[in-house]
Amino acid sequence: MKPGSTRAACTALIKRDLILIWRRRGDAINPILFALIVVALFPLALGPEPEQLRHIATGVVFVAVLLAGLLALDTLFRSDYEDGSLEQLVLSPHPLSLLLGCKIAVHWFTTALPLLIAAPLLGELLHMDGPVRWVLTGALFLATPLLSLIGAVCVALTVGMRRSGMLLALLVLPLYVPVLIFGAGACNAAALGLPYLAPLLWLGAALVLALVLAPLACAAALRISLS
Amino acid sequence: MNTLVLWFHKLGSPPTFHRLAGALMPWFYGIAIALGVIGIYGGLVLAPRDYQQGDAYRIIFVHVPSAWMGMFAYFFMAANAFIALIWRIKLSEVMAMASAPAGATFTFITLVTGSLWGKPMWGTWWEWDARLTSELVLLFLYLGVIGLYHAIEDRRQAARAAGFLALIGTVNIPIVHFSVNWWNTLHQASTVRLLGPSKIDSSMLWPLLVMALATHLWFFGTLLARTRTGLLELDGGKDWVRALVLTDGTRAAPEATAITEQAHG
Repeated sequence: MKPGSTRAACTALIKRDLILIWRRRGDAINPILFALIVVALFPLALGPEPEQLRHIATGVVFVAVLLAGLLALDTLFRSDYEDGSLEQLVLSPHPLSLLLGCKIAVHWFTTALPLLIAAPLLGELLHMDGPVRWVLTGALFLATPLLSLIGAVCVALTVGMRRSGMLLALLVLPLYVPVLIFGAGACNAAALGLPYLAPLLWLGAALVLALVLAPLACAAALRISLS
Repeated sequence: MNTLVLWFHKLGSPPTFHRLAGALMPWFYGIAIALGVIGIYGGLVLAPRDYQQGDAYRIIFVHVPSAWMGMFAYFFMAANAFIALIWRIKLSEVMAMASAPAGATFTFITLVTGSLWGKPMWGTWWEWDARLTSELVLLFLYLGVIGLYHAIEDRRQAARAAGFLALIGTVNIPIVHFSVNWWNTLHQASTVRLLGPSKIDSSMLWPLLVMALATHLWFFGTLLARTRTGLLELDGGKDWVRALVLTDGTRAAPEATAITEQAHG
C-alpha cells in the first residue's frame, strides 16, 4: 500500500477512529443500556402478561434499536468537528464520500453491531418466539446500516449546531419511516407465520441504494454546513 | 443575448423581482379570492348531494385542493432548492424557503379536514391509513426543513442546508407513499385523474377545479409576498433596499425600514 494513496488514507482513518473508540470503550455500552431500559419500560407500563408482550415484542425492540441509534448518531462527527479534524477531512485530496463512508462504517460497527447482538436477548425479555428472533436479527442486520447511512446525511447537515438533538430527531425520523415499516413488517409477518422474505428483500435493495448514494449525499451536506 | 434570456436573467436580480412581485401580488390574491368565492359557492350550494356520503362529502372542495397544494408546494420547493444548489441563484434560495411555510399550512389543512371527513365516514378522527400517514410524514418533512432553516444563523447557508434536506425528502416521499400503501390502506381511491375519465360527476368536478386554481393562485400570491420580505431581509444593507426606503419613504412598508435599521446595526 503506497503512502498517500486513497487506500492508505481510508485505512489510517479507520484505524484512528477505532483507536479513539477503544480509548473510551465504556461509552460503547451506552446504546445497549438505553435500548434495554426502553424495552424494560414497556412491561412496566402495559403489565406483565406474556401474551400481550409477545404481541408487541418485535415492534418494541425495533423502535428501541432505532431510538438508540438516533441518540448515538450525534457522536458521529461531534468530536471531529470540535477538534477541527473534520475540516481537514474535507480539505484532503481524497474523495470525501469515501472517507465519510469509512467513518460511517466504523460508527455502525461500534454502535449498531452491539445492538444487533443484543436484540434477540431484548426479544427474550418480551417473550418473543424463537423463529421470529432470527427474522428480527436478519431485518436489523439490513436495517441498522440503512439507518446509520440515512442518519449520517442528516447529522452532516446539523454538524455545526450547539443543541441539535431535537432538531436531528425531527430531520431523521420521517426518513426512517419506510425502514421501520419494512423491518418491523417482516418480523410481524414472521410472527403470524406469513412469508416475510419480500420486505427483507426491499430492505436489502434500499441498503444497496443507500450504500452508493448516502456517502455522496453526506459529503455534499457536510460541504454545505462547513462552508 | 436574446431578449428572453436577458429578461430571465433580469428577473433573477432581487430589485427587479421585488418590483415585479409587488405589482403582481395583488392580482394573484384578488383572482384567488374571487375564484375561491365562486368555487365555495359552487361546491356548497350548486353541487348536488352525494348519494352515498350525503352533504359530508362537500369537504372535498377544501380537502382535495389543499392536498394537491401540499404536494405541489413541496415539489416547487425542491425544484427551487435544486436550482439554488446547482446554480447558486439567491432568488431560488429565498423562494424555496418561502414556499415551505405555505406548503406546511396546506398539508396541515389537509390533515385537519381529512380528520373531520373521517369522523362521519369511517367513524374515527384518525385512522392509521396509508394516505393519512404519508401526509403526516410530509408534514414532518416540511417541519424539518423549516426547523433546519431557522436553526442556522447564516441565512444563505441555512437556505442551502434546508434546501438539501428538501431534496432528500423528494427521494423519500415516493418511498414513504409506496411503503405505507403496502402497510395499510383504507382511504378511498382518487376520484379525479389526470389521464382517463374522472370518477366524479361534472357538476361536482368544476367547483373542485376552480378551488384548485384558487389555491394555486393564493399559493403564488403568498409566495411572492414572502419572497419579497425574504429578499429585503437578505439584502438589508444593499443600495437598492436603501434607495427603496429613501425614495419611497412615505409609502415604504414599515418592515423594510425596520430590517434596514437592523442590518445597519
